[in-house]
Amino acid sequence: MTNQEALYIYLLRLGDNALINGHRLAEWCSRGPFLEEDLAMTNIALDNIGRSQAFLKYAAAIDGKGKTEDDLAYKRGEREFYNHLITELPIGDFAYTVAKQLIMSCFDVLVFTDLSNSKDETIAGIAAKALKESRYHFVHARDWSYRLGKGTEESHRRYQNAIQDLWMYTGELFEMNEVENILLQEGISNNLQEVRSNWINLIMPILQDSSIRIPTVDYMQTGSCKGIHSEHLGHILSDMQYLQRAYPDAKW
Amino acid sequence: MDTQLALWEVFIQKKSGGDHTHCGSVHASDSAMALQNARDIYTRRNEGSSIWVIPSQFVTASKAEDADMLFDPADDKIYRHPTFYVMPEGAKQI
Repeated sequence: MTNQEALYIYLLRLGDNALINGHRLAEWCSRGPFLEEDLAMTNIALDNIGRSQAFLKYAAAIDGKGKTEDDLAYKRGEREFYNHLITELPIGDFAYTVAKQLIMSCFDVLVFTDLSNSKDETIAGIAAKALKESRYHFVHARDWSYRLGKGTEESHRRYQNAIQDLWMYTGELFEMNEVENILLQEGISNNLQEVRSNWINLIMPILQDSSIRIPTVDYMQTGSCKGIHSEHLGHILSDMQYLQRAYPDAKW
Repeated sequence: MDTQLALWEVFIQKKSGGDHTHCGSVHASDSAMALQNARDIYTRRNEGSSIWVIPSQFVTASKAEDADMLFDPADDKIYRHPTFYVMPEGAKQI
């Protein structure tokens, strides 16, 4: 694998994580628990979709085949997507979404902190902007974590179940394969093993202060770094890519 | 029954050093949530540089039926406007 190929796949991964997470969060539009939260969720969704546009645009440039960010978002099949499995899981109830957001925003804050010092200036620039957004996503998820965890019996039960269900999807966040290893040597990407220990130090106290029991799981899901996904991604793409598939190159 | 969370009044400062202007209200269970909700609703198009939130219950409002008594007497007292002074030379504003 050349450095250019590694960088392309790495950018797809950054872009796909944001795109699929953003698409899922946008499903809260008009369905939030109340108006203010509806807007908060869709704001966060748009932050994600905005950064996916930046990463995929750069990916298309690195690929050098004259594609655009829209080609990459709307014309790839599910085996060509590299988003983490946790991002494609259904939004579930509000507690489930808060749990997903806490896990992902803790991860994003740490990753973008590192990437804002990347030797690749474009990645560093996008990461610096994304870091500001993710710091807010983190605060939003953290505060809801406290409220749900220490709220009513029902909110605690739902939130505890969500953390329990999602925990087996946290392992693959820190997987490193050839792509990450090549780019780490180049000073472009970061060491996800270090991110892992920082992530645990960041999320554990929040879960403890939310009166949430830390799950113990003996199996971690994996596959997305090879383009192997859950059954959910195909359904997302059939919805998200419908227009481009039905009316190729449609413009408005 | 009102199932909404408590009401908070939102004041946004457009630029650093300027005044905070009332722009609306949000529902929230505490001040931290009120600030976040205000941020998401009223500053998403880059309208603000600072936010104040104040529980609506602490706002004391004048009554509509008192408007005659409170405000009409000021109608015919134009001499209270500082428009009868000659502008000192060189002053840009009084």
